[in-house]
Amino acid sequence: MSTPVIRITGLGKSYQTAAGLFPALKAVEMSITAGEFVAVMGPSGSGKSTFMNILGCLDKATTGQYELDGRSVAELSRDELAILRNRTIGFVFQGFNLLQRMTLLENVALPLVYSGLDHAERQRRAAEMLHKVGLTDKADSLPSQISGGQQQRVAIARALVNRPRLLLADEPTGNLDSRTGDEIMALFDALNQEGITIVLVTHEPDIAQHAKRQVRFHDGHLVSDQLTPHEVAA
Amino acid sequence: MKLAMLAEAWRAMGANRLRTLLTMLGMVIGVGAVVLMMAIGQGAQYAIQQTISAMGSNLFILLSGHTASSGVRSASGSAHTLTVADADAIAELPGVAAVAPIHPGSAQVVYGPNNWNTAVIGSTPAYLDVRSWPVVSGQAFTASDVRSATRVALIGQTAAENLFGDEDPVGKTIRIQQSPFTVLGVLGLKGQGMDGRDQDDSIITPLTTAQRSVFGAQFPGTVRMVMVQTTTQQIMPQIEKSMTALLRQRHRTREGQESDFYLRNLTSVADSAAESTRVMSMLLGAIASVSLLVGGIGIMNIMLVSVTERTREIGIRMAIGARERDILLQFLLEAVIISVAGCFIGLLLGIGCALLTEWLTDTLVIISASSVLVAFGVAATVGIFFGYYPALKAARMDPIEALRYQ
Repeated sequence: MSTPVIRITGLGKSYQTAAGLFPALKAVEMSITAGEFVAVMGPSGSGKSTFMNILGCLDKATTGQYELDGRSVAELSRDELAILRNRTIGFVFQGFNLLQRMTLLENVALPLVYSGLDHAERQRRAAEMLHKVGLTDKADSLPSQISGGQQQRVAIARALVNRPRLLLADEPTGNLDSRTGDEIMALFDALNQEGITIVLVTHEPDIAQHAKRQVRFHDGHLVSDQLTPHEVAA
Repeated sequence: MKLAMLAEAWRAMGANRLRTLLTMLGMVIGVGAVVLMMAIGQGAQYAIQQTISAMGSNLFILLSGHTASSGVRSASGSAHTLTVADADAIAELPGVAAVAPIHPGSAQVVYGPNNWNTAVIGSTPAYLDVRSWPVVSGQAFTASDVRSATRVALIGQTAAENLFGDEDPVGKTIRIQQSPFTVLGVLGLKGQGMDGRDQDDSIITPLTTAQRSVFGAQFPGTVRMVMVQTTTQQIMPQIEKSMTALLRQRHRTREGQESDFYLRNLTSVADSAAESTRVMSMLLGAIASVSLLVGGIGIMNIMLVSVTERTREIGIRMAIGARERDILLQFLLEAVIISVAGCFIGLLLGIGCALLTEWLTDTLVIISASSVLVAFGVAATVGIFFGYYPALKAARMDPIEALRYQ
């Protein structure tokens, strides 16, 4: 196996609430190697979303260590974290989170704006990504003019346009019907085949079946970490 | 990168056109008001300066003292204490450029069937220098005309119009108080004096002629007033002292005794008029600037609303890699575009209003490049200043909280 992309040791996260300090994550230990496809499961409030936000460098852990590509994330500045989110991580959200005023092509190209690429290169790479998710003919549409499944495809294209090593998806099929959800999952499978490391949060066992490895959270603890049965069989 | 941000800012503003326009309106009115007020103020200053230079620069006016009989004090100039000899003595002082003894008055003037009552000024050729008043046709009288009391006259434009109509006055004979005078020349257009009197409604004759033939001098050799011009404005206080000392000595005024003449610095009067116009136009500008400030606060208000409304967008942008300065620049750019565009429209509006004012009221307005630059600079500064806080607020957001914002 190759070196771990993610190594987490003793990770904890607490929130300050009116009732006092609420621990959302407690002493999580985990590592993910390149090319893995991990499903993160658990009931709501189990801490899986908090875990994803920390993985995605959107949030910081209160205790413990998170190393991404061998760098300790806790020591990075806000700008360095932004660069990580821009180059190393692609994020796919449950609610798609496209910018409504922009065309699909512009949405996909937006991360490249923050990488400082020139206009022609941005257009080229964004068009290439849209082609990959099968939406070339919709490039100049607005998000409001296409279906939810198509919006999620655009969001995936945007997440991948800067060629990240790690794709994080937080309930990417949560707002979609099961057929569209299957299409999206097929896309994830294909991406993983290409070698992109995927971590996906879901509470649907069907969806989790696509992953090679399943981890389960409960009350902020990582309670189980196992290979998906078909992987064991294989 | 920069171009992409500009395009984005443009689109964000276009997404809420009415709001953008209303925000801009604050700047439009502010800049328009500043430009208009500065144009009017500078026009007024220019008009005052014209009046001052028409009056002549670096001027003193000397008036003879007043008489008092049985406790009733007459006006200054009623006593006959100033003499032509005094004027000649003053002319000898260093720093004095020209001295003109003057006998002013008014008289009925007749030419053919026309008659007109006008100011008659008896003086010397130096008077024209002191007042910087050129002769535009014909010629001026000379010192020898003054010595021999020739009956010659120079005529102002208003007086000439009233007496001669379209006729050329040069060489014609007019009658002043029954005495015939030959018109030697026509004076240049002078306009209104500081007191609003039409200075062109006058006739200038040699001092001696005026005293003998027009006014009938009771005390030959004395004059009501003397105008003194110094070489520079800086030496005026010094000349004032030496002139006072000289005259007191010549009039044998004892120590502690009141002088029998009055000395006024005309330039300082004019300066204070110019100063008050300057203060006035600054005041107008300051009031107009307040509206610019209000416009700036309007921008800040709308930018704060905009940042709050777009919290989720900011979260998304941060999630895909926008750094603090990217977000800061994005919102700052919007504020600056609004204020600069507003400023540009305001400039056009202000210039338009100024020209309209000039056309409607005949007030002189001056639109200077400096006032335009100042308005533009202030507007851009206001945009950056009032746009900075909302933009900073956006840039400092926590990505997670921004993404959760509904």
